[in-house]
Amino acid sequence: MQETRVLIPTGALGLGYDRAALARGIAAKPHIIAVDGGSTDSGPAYLGRAASKYSRATTRAEWRDLMQARAEAGVPLIIGTAGTCGADATVDWLFDITRDLAAELGQKLTVTRLYSGQNPAEIAAAFDAGRITDLPAAPGIDADTIRACSNIVALAGAEQVAAALATGADIVIAGRTTDTAIIAALPIARGCHGGAAWHGAKIGECGALATTHPASGTILITFDGTGFTVDPMAPSARATPYTVSAHMLYENSDPFLLYEPGGVLDVTDATYAALDDRRVRVEGSVWRPGPYTVKLEGARIAGYQTVSLTLLRDRRYVANATGWAAEVAARARADVGARMGLAADAFEIELRLIGRDATLGPLEPPGPVPAEIGVLAIATAPSEAEAAEIGKILNPYLLHHALTEDEPMPTFAFPFSPAEMSRGALYEFCLHHVMALDDPMAPFRIVTDEVGHG
Amino acid sequence: MVEIGQIAAKVRSKNAGPFWLTIDIFCRNRVDFERISTGLETDRIAARFRADPALIKRFDIAELNVVKLSLPRPAVQGTRPDRDMHGAAWAVLVEEMEVD
Repeated sequence: MQETRVLIPTGALGLGYDRAALARGIAAKPHIIAVDGGSTDSGPAYLGRAASKYSRATTRAEWRDLMQARAEAGVPLIIGTAGTCGADATVDWLFDITRDLAAELGQKLTVTRLYSGQNPAEIAAAFDAGRITDLPAAPGIDADTIRACSNIVALAGAEQVAAALATGADIVIAGRTTDTAIIAALPIARGCHGGAAWHGAKIGECGALATTHPASGTILITFDGTGFTVDPMAPSARATPYTVSAHMLYENSDPFLLYEPGGVLDVTDATYAALDDRRVRVEGSVWRPGPYTVKLEGARIAGYQTVSLTLLRDRRYVANATGWAAEVAARARADVGARMGLAADAFEIELRLIGRDATLGPLEPPGPVPAEIGVLAIATAPSEAEAAEIGKILNPYLLHHALTEDEPMPTFAFPFSPAEMSRGALYEFCLHHVMALDDPMAPFRIVTDEVGHG
Repeated sequence: MVEIGQIAAKVRSKNAGPFWLTIDIFCRNRVDFERISTGLETDRIAARFRADPALIKRFDIAELNVVKLSLPRPAVQGTRPDRDMHGAAWAVLVEEMEVD
C-alpha cells in the first residue's frame, strides 16, 4: 500500500476556484490532480447534443491553469465526464483545446482519451440479450427507444480510469465516468483501502463543498490503508466531522450507500474524527464487491419547441389569468387542428403563468394575486417548423384575447420581436439502467497521443 | 404549529440523478430534529408531492440532525412537463409545511 494524495481543484471545470488554494495544493505534492467535467444535473440537452454547458473560453482558461499546475507538480491530470456529458464529441472538444494549449504553453504531453460513448444499435442488442436491467423509477423502454437515442454513454468506473492512467498519460480526458471514479482509481491501484477510496472520492468530488467554504473549490484527500483524510486547501475553509459526514447526503438518494461499477460503498459504520480544526479523518467505510455493471445514460429527441413570453399587468387580467390562459390555449389548439391538420395528441400547447404557479405547477398551493404575470407559452410539436407555426398561431390570442366579448380589445406586453423563440429539439433522458459486463473494458476505448512540443 | 422553514437551518432539494429528487432537512439541534422527525409524516409529504408513499425513501439521521426524503421526481428531469431542471425549488413545498 502506498499513501496517495489526490488534489481536487474544483467541483467542476468551469465553476471557478481559489487560485491560491490550488497553489497550496500543488505545494502539498499530490500524486494526481482530478477534476470533474460534468454531470446530468443541467438536463438532457447536453448529452442529446453532445455539447458542453460551459463556454469554450471559460473551459480553456481554467484548463490552461490546471495544465500549468500539472506541469509544476509533474503528476497526471485527469478530467472525468469531459464537456458536461462525457460523449465522444465532447472528449474530442476538450482534446482540441488541450492540443492548442500544449502548443501555446510549450508543453510536450502524452494525452489519453477514454471514450464512454456507446453505439445505440449495440446497446439495443444488449437489451434484447437481457444484459440491461432497469433501476428504480426507470422509464419503460424497448429496443426502439434505445436506437432512437442521439447519444448513449456508459459510466466508467475505477477499472477503466486505471487503464487510462496506466498508459503513462500526463493528461487523461475521460468521457462519462462516475463522479467518484476519477478520484478513487489511483488510490485503489496503489493498494489503498477500497471503502476509503470510494468514500473519500464521494466527499471530494464536489471540491470544497464538504467544507465550511464551498466556493474555495480546492481540496486534498489523502488515502491510505485504513481510511482517508480531508484537507481543504483554502485557509478560510474548514472540514469538520459534520461537513464531511453530511456531504454523503448530497445529490444521493441513499446517504449510506453509493453504487459504483463492480460494487457498492457502505458508509453506515464510518467514523468521522477531527484531526484539528480544519482536517477530518474518516475510517470504517466498507466496499462490497458485486456483479460488474455499468450505468447507462441516453438522451433522445422528444419533439421540438417554440416559446414566447407575454406580460399581463392589467389587474383584472392578472386576477383572471388562469381562465384566460385556458381559453387562449383552447382556441389555439382548435386552430392548430383545423389549419395544420395535426392530431390532438401530436402536439402540446402549455401556458405557464409566471407569478402564479410556473415553478410548481399543480403542486403550488393557492397564493396572493401578484402585480403582474408572465405567460410563458410553450409549443411542442413533431418538427421545428410545426412548433414555429403553433407559436405563430398562439400569437394573436396572446396579444389581444379579451376576457369578455363586450369590452375594448386589450393588448398585452411583448418584450421581444419576433415574439417567438425556437428552442430547437426537446431532449429527454430515456435510460436509467445498468448493463452487465463480462469484461469491464469491452464498451470503452482508450486512445493515446503525443501533443505539443517542449 | 410552525412552518418547517422557520425552524430548520436549511431545507435543500436536489436531483439525485435525472429520475430522483432528494430533500434534506437540516435541523439546528436535537430538539428541532425530534420535532420535525416526529411531526412530519411521510404520508403528508406524499400527498404534498402527489407521490406514491411506498416509493418514498426516508432517513431520520439523529447523528446529523437531518431528515432526508428521496422520491421519484414529480416529472423526469428535462421532460416536457418538468419545470425545475435542478430540482432545487421543490424544497419550498417542505419549508411551507407545518409541524406541531
